[in-house]
Amino acid sequence: MAAAPGKIPRWVDVALIPLVNIALAFIVSGFILWTIDVDPLTALKTILVGAFGYSDAIGYTLYYTTNFVFTGLAVAVAFHAGLFNIGGEGQAYIGGLGVGLGILLVDSSLPFLLILPISILLAAAFGAAWAAVPAYLQAYRGSHIVITTIMFNFIAAALMVYLMVNVLIQPGSMSPESREFAPEGQLPFMHEVFGWFGIEVTPSPLNLSVVWAAICCVLVWAFIWRTRWGYEIRTVGANETAAVYAGIDPRRVIMLAMCVSGALAGFVGINEIMGVHHRLLLNFTAGYGFTGIAVSLMGRNHPIGIVLASLLFGMLYQGGAELAFEEPKVTRELVVTIQGLVILFSGALAYMMKGPIERAYLRIAGGLGRPAGQEG
Amino acid sequence: MSDPEIQNQDDVRSLGTDAPPAIELRDINKSFGPVRANKNVCLSVKPGAIHGIIGENGAGKSTLMSILYGFYEADSGEILIGGKPATIRSSRDAISAGIGMVHQHFMLVDNMSVVENIMLGAESGAILTSSVAAARAELERLERDYSLDVDPDALAGDLPVGQQQRVEILKALYRGAEILILDEPTGVLTPQETDQLFRILDSLRKQGVTIVLITHKLREIMAVTDDVSVMRGGEMIAHRETAQTNKEELAELMVGRKVLLSLDKAAPQAGETVLAVEGLTFVDKAGVPRVDNISFSVRAGEIVGIAGVSGNGQSELLELLSGVRPVTAGGFSLMGERFSASRRLDPAKMRDLKVAHVPEDRLRSGLVRTFAAEESAVLGYHRDAAYNGAVFTKRDAIQQDCATKMTDFDVRPPNPKLKTANFSGGNQQKLVLAREISRDPRLLLVGQPTRGVDIGAIEFIHRNIVAMRDAGSAVLLVSVELDEIMSLSDRILVMFEGRIVGEVPAHEADERLLGLMMANAAPERSEAAG
Repeated sequence: MAAAPGKIPRWVDVALIPLVNIALAFIVSGFILWTIDVDPLTALKTILVGAFGYSDAIGYTLYYTTNFVFTGLAVAVAFHAGLFNIGGEGQAYIGGLGVGLGILLVDSSLPFLLILPISILLAAAFGAAWAAVPAYLQAYRGSHIVITTIMFNFIAAALMVYLMVNVLIQPGSMSPESREFAPEGQLPFMHEVFGWFGIEVTPSPLNLSVVWAAICCVLVWAFIWRTRWGYEIRTVGANETAAVYAGIDPRRVIMLAMCVSGALAGFVGINEIMGVHHRLLLNFTAGYGFTGIAVSLMGRNHPIGIVLASLLFGMLYQGGAELAFEEPKVTRELVVTIQGLVILFSGALAYMMKGPIERAYLRIAGGLGRPAGQEG
Repeated sequence: MSDPEIQNQDDVRSLGTDAPPAIELRDINKSFGPVRANKNVCLSVKPGAIHGIIGENGAGKSTLMSILYGFYEADSGEILIGGKPATIRSSRDAISAGIGMVHQHFMLVDNMSVVENIMLGAESGAILTSSVAAARAELERLERDYSLDVDPDALAGDLPVGQQQRVEILKALYRGAEILILDEPTGVLTPQETDQLFRILDSLRKQGVTIVLITHKLREIMAVTDDVSVMRGGEMIAHRETAQTNKEELAELMVGRKVLLSLDKAAPQAGETVLAVEGLTFVDKAGVPRVDNISFSVRAGEIVGIAGVSGNGQSELLELLSGVRPVTAGGFSLMGERFSASRRLDPAKMRDLKVAHVPEDRLRSGLVRTFAAEESAVLGYHRDAAYNGAVFTKRDAIQQDCATKMTDFDVRPPNPKLKTANFSGGNQQKLVLAREISRDPRLLLVGQPTRGVDIGAIEFIHRNIVAMRDAGSAVLLVSVELDEIMSLSDRILVMFEGRIVGEVPAHEADERLLGLMMANAAPERSEAAG
């Protein structure tokens, strides 16, 4: 009856548990490395130096981080409405398609300053449209969004292969890629931006999208916690019966949340297509959409947490590649395994340690105020 | 397995009886984190007595009984059963110590017969037929010995609630219970069924069964118990012999201050008709009419109470009138505007028409547990211009508004930033009431306004509902608490199986008459039972 659970301070949930999860993942990874005669501490040092040790390493890390921020925010917005959007991968893919189609159509006729907003709108619109179909099926037809969004990833992949091989391929080319965009359709790299101010930076794929990612974090925060639409999304996510009582139509909220979610995932296309590859091609999403689920879970669906979790995964991607390069015994597959362990412990098993840690905290905190020598 | 047996005399803190107490709890402590649900609780229950435990919600009654029944383990303290120390770590331990529990919500398998339900989990072997035969023989003996009459072959789901409860009691006796714990047993019963239950408890007592009755209803304590213990804030506040105490003293002990049990209100000044319901019908997905061709009206300045046993369509009626559920047939007029199956309302439009709705289950529908109080305090009105700029919400306005409501309605603690779930039931209810009442509604729909609310807050909530009536609102009140219906309403309608089976002016109503109507057995009933 009065069984209100003991109060656990926020930092335990927000900081301690994720740190313990990461530590566990690293301990298991270290054990695997140890079995193939690689010193785990050296490997950790290689990862850290590889991710943050020099300027283009930082560039790569932040470039990966940018993608994770977009997909992490996408998962988070849906999650606030109580929806599990597994379709970030497909929405990012189709968002990139929108960016590419738009730029291919107008890069010879419009200036960069017009192409940029058009591209952002197209990325959002295509990503949102790809999310809107599963959203409609969930809201009005009751098909479970987890299943439909997963399926839409496959449909997106098939559609892209068809388009790239049959429609958008550059005439005379062997590889399924479009022609390269004109310079007006290319987002400047950050090393170019720094160059404008006379600052010399080693080239890396990091481009202006990172600024848009930062803006999106603020916009998502304001949308979720400072507008009535965010209020409605959170109400539906927390208590759908109360939402109905309050005159909120959960079906509309599902549509809204999923469209915003899909739009955010679509911005991966800005980073990859407009920012890095400057052409349409296959498989540029490279699993960012799926990693976004772990990022969002780990970041507790809050933009600040998502930025921190994205940095961690950016570091793992970049530092992991460095590790595979430096240590002959560490293969590319092993790096993927390490990334997988971090996703496993901080995503899928995010709440495994919650109970034990909270109990341990209460025992330590409670032990101070409890009379000694009491045995049950 | 716990034959009373005299232990070392110094072990027993005897309360003047020769036999050791059936149950003795010594200095039981139980904390959930920093919340101390039980603080040094001592309890001694005489064998063969009915012992009441009374206290407000959150006083620690259920925690204490959960410890006794093995759901929780106490942090410290001793349990003695029949004078012997007992270790109870699971309900299995409790059963083998001779303790049986009848839960507030029954644990029966609806599509099994009574005898199958009774033997469930206590079958005597792998072959079912011999178990059934043995169980049937034992069941018949129990029914005869304790005069508990239930058809062994009826399906549990087909039995009325009162009979289902008997099956629960038989289940406990079948497992050899000599001590029976009943947790809020009368919440779902009509007054007649309650009386029957009390007669059963009385005959069990005569057979030597010890009964612990947990309740928050003073009337039941006075009617049936021999002894009563009062809990407040996790502590055992007082033990009394029931014959030596009275309702007023117990209420004061429960709350910790004097409480007015009756309500003073002036005669109603009924004005024009605000709500006119005409042939309203709602059929659920399974095709069952939950609200069946109902007609009535509510005028400004009067409180119309809807009495009935829980689950007879009252909840659905409120949801229809507040626009949460679509109407199947018929309809209603609200200040002259008509609504029906073809012209449906949504709850947002309803609020625009100045209809306020205090939902029956505040945590399921009236509030969002994870929200700050100020966010819960605008639920349903969150689109209001006062709270919104062009894009962003006006956080200062929302906070100020919540702070005002908290002061006006004495919500404690008055902190708009505190999470909704961290308020007590009574304070959550005051917050809902504040939100709904503070906009001068023309029609106020109230469901179970004091369910799970402390006695102190009940008084406050009742006074506010009457104040709304006196200010000219039409009030429709749904409650399963007859006392509440009778003390608040000006007119009382009784619902049974989705229909209104009778109307009584409040001053002519008494418990017996309403009880008969609630069971659809009143002599002047208008329609035959379905």
